[in-house]
Amino acid sequence: MGDPLFWHRLQFGFTATYHYLFPQLTMGLALVIVVLKAMGLKTGEARYNDAARFWIKIFGINFAVGVVTGIPLEFQFGTNWAAFSRYSGGIIGQTLAMEGMFAFFLESSFLGLLVWGEKKLSPKGHFGAALALWIGSWLSGYFIIATNAFMQHPVGYTHAADGSLQLASFWAFLLNPWALGQYAHNMLASVVTAAFVVAAIGAYWTLKGIHPEQARLNLRAGTLMGLLFSVLVAFPTGDISGKLVAKYQPITLAAMEGRFESGPRANLTLVGQPNVAQRRIENPIQLPAVLSFIAYGSFSSNVKGLLEFPEDQWPQNIELLYYSFHIMAGLGTIMIAVMGLAALLLWKNRLDSAKPMLWVLMLAFPFPYIATAAGWAVAEFGRQPWLIYGLLRTLQGGSPTVNAGQTAFTTLGFAGIFVVLSVLWLFLIGREIAHGPVSHASKA
Amino acid sequence: MEMLWFWLVSVMVAIYVVMDGFDFGAGILHLVVAKTNDERRQVLGAIGPLWDGNEVWLLAGGGSLFLAFPKVLASGFSGFYLAIWLVVWCLMLRGISIEFRSHLQDGLWRHFWDGTFAFSSVLLPILFGAALGNVLRGVPVDGTGYFEMALWTDFRIGSRPGILDWYTVLIGVFALVTVAAHGALFLAWKTGGAVHERSRAVALKLWGAVLVLWMVASYATAMVNPGIFHRLPQAPLGWVASMIFLAGLSLVFVGLKRERFLLAFLGSGAFILGLLAASAACLYPVMLKSTLDPQFDLTALNASVGDHGLRTGLAWWLIGFPIAIGYLAFLFHFNRGKVKAAGEGEGY
Repeated sequence: MGDPLFWHRLQFGFTATYHYLFPQLTMGLALVIVVLKAMGLKTGEARYNDAARFWIKIFGINFAVGVVTGIPLEFQFGTNWAAFSRYSGGIIGQTLAMEGMFAFFLESSFLGLLVWGEKKLSPKGHFGAALALWIGSWLSGYFIIATNAFMQHPVGYTHAADGSLQLASFWAFLLNPWALGQYAHNMLASVVTAAFVVAAIGAYWTLKGIHPEQARLNLRAGTLMGLLFSVLVAFPTGDISGKLVAKYQPITLAAMEGRFESGPRANLTLVGQPNVAQRRIENPIQLPAVLSFIAYGSFSSNVKGLLEFPEDQWPQNIELLYYSFHIMAGLGTIMIAVMGLAALLLWKNRLDSAKPMLWVLMLAFPFPYIATAAGWAVAEFGRQPWLIYGLLRTLQGGSPTVNAGQTAFTTLGFAGIFVVLSVLWLFLIGREIAHGPVSHASKA
Repeated sequence: MEMLWFWLVSVMVAIYVVMDGFDFGAGILHLVVAKTNDERRQVLGAIGPLWDGNEVWLLAGGGSLFLAFPKVLASGFSGFYLAIWLVVWCLMLRGISIEFRSHLQDGLWRHFWDGTFAFSSVLLPILFGAALGNVLRGVPVDGTGYFEMALWTDFRIGSRPGILDWYTVLIGVFALVTVAAHGALFLAWKTGGAVHERSRAVALKLWGAVLVLWMVASYATAMVNPGIFHRLPQAPLGWVASMIFLAGLSLVFVGLKRERFLLAFLGSGAFILGLLAASAACLYPVMLKSTLDPQFDLTALNASVGDHGLRTGLAWWLIGFPIAIGYLAFLFHFNRGKVKAAGEGEGY
């Protein structure tokens, strides 16, 4: 079965990407639910609570799948990446333990109250449960991003006598500038995801001509949030993330852009194919000097190319990194355009009858999922060949006693489990969508 | 500081066993004590609001182990590789079974999830018990700080022990019966009607079995790890822990006799907590005992991170722990009283 490291990497990449499909929606949806419940409290109109009730059901199913698919990730640190854990547990153990203590307890305690508690709780109490889930899931996100940020840009550590990493400054580690930028970018993207999903359901009901009041509400909420947050994902947070990469991982920036030669007035490649063997980018369509401006804020800045760096420090899979980055950035742009157009029609009061636009909205919901998966691929492939940037190579991080066959076996096990989970998820979500929004009045 | 963290990790793991233990117990017993759909929903209604938070103690305890003793986590998790994934898969199956069951009002759908809930709830405590058995018996950690073990070999404790051998399976069965007995008391406390009556009847039998297995397991432990109990009389915490589990055990029987089921349930919680704490006191400072050579033992002293990390962790732990207990108190208060089966679409 070959190289154990290949299987360790495949397993983590696969299980993490699959897992994140669910929190990506629930973190954003938590905010949507908070907003809907707040509107319900403020206006006293039933339609906001009806919409919230529907989304809480979707939230509950996604949250449950998120919980069970998240457990394996926690365990993989020890099982598959034992050398990495031994080396850096003194640092990243802090945030992973804090996630359990400050985020998971909060989320798990109030989940049941949010999903089942509407009748038992006062309207304010139910709003509080929604708030708790929002805060808990966003805290959880921060602890994970802070952990990842340490791997991208390690700060606040010292070396112990045995060579392992020890905590030197808790606040430097927790408030890593990389973590702040990446967190904002990532969380806003999760709201974009929720907004696209909300808009897609609104568009679906509008096109079907069912649940007219709820269709309009969802369409409106999804479009407005979608436009606002997809702009914020690009600017300022995407911009900040790009500048962090330029500052702390210039090799990664060069690889993301397929740039081999150094020089000022660097072009931004919109389309093209990197040819790593020939050290060039083929068939490029480029914007002159824009990369210099995006990376360093000035058109004349020098942007280093890969040839400037020793080859053993290049990310190993430059093509995949390049395509992931361009997919993310391209889809990000398209999403702004889609929501911009939808918002324009909404403003002109023509969205409800604009069939082509409704079709686009209904079918566009995978975009934020693809863009986010691609974005994480940029972060993780871009970090290579390091597990902890500049400190520990990925080659050095695996478990010395676990062989390729074992990890291949468990990876295939996960593939099977995830297929079953996907089928169940589709089935249950499909039922809820077919069921549609239920108002309390009609139910009683 | 290392000693303090040894105890913090031990206590969090012990709280996990007490808390998720009654979920497991409910899962083990529900096919027996709850026959109709309404009765099954009574059981699920009792643990539904709690199970996820209970499971968090495992993640928080594991996180604390990672924070304070990464070498133990790295060695243990990679050494028990396949067993760990069996545990994880069972945890996933258990969670999905509880959460998905009530989504459909279909008999077959519900029977299916009832079955998977019971299956995973039986396997999990056996595996967790076997893990404890491995820690008590020792594992072949060598000079690199790692070890490798097959899932089982010939079930003997020789030079080539497997994760499962007769001893660790025995501890696994002891764990299974103990959490079943613990869960029976929880159900007797939280439910009324037929489920209550059946749980109560089964609890009495199970606690008899716990008594017998406890003695057998203790004797076996002294056989596979001679000298393990020698530390107990010298460790003040070991005395305290022993008092706690003996008091807990008496409370179980007093509570059962007087039909004070909350008292009995608290007693069984104290029994589990005390027994695990006493085990920790016997092992201290060893966290992973090497069967090859005592100099390869991973201990709280040679496997911990630096002082600054431990102090920092303690600072936020002192904030986080009371908050977690506060949520727990709130949940028990909010869901107080006997549980009734929820209406369709209104609960677990």
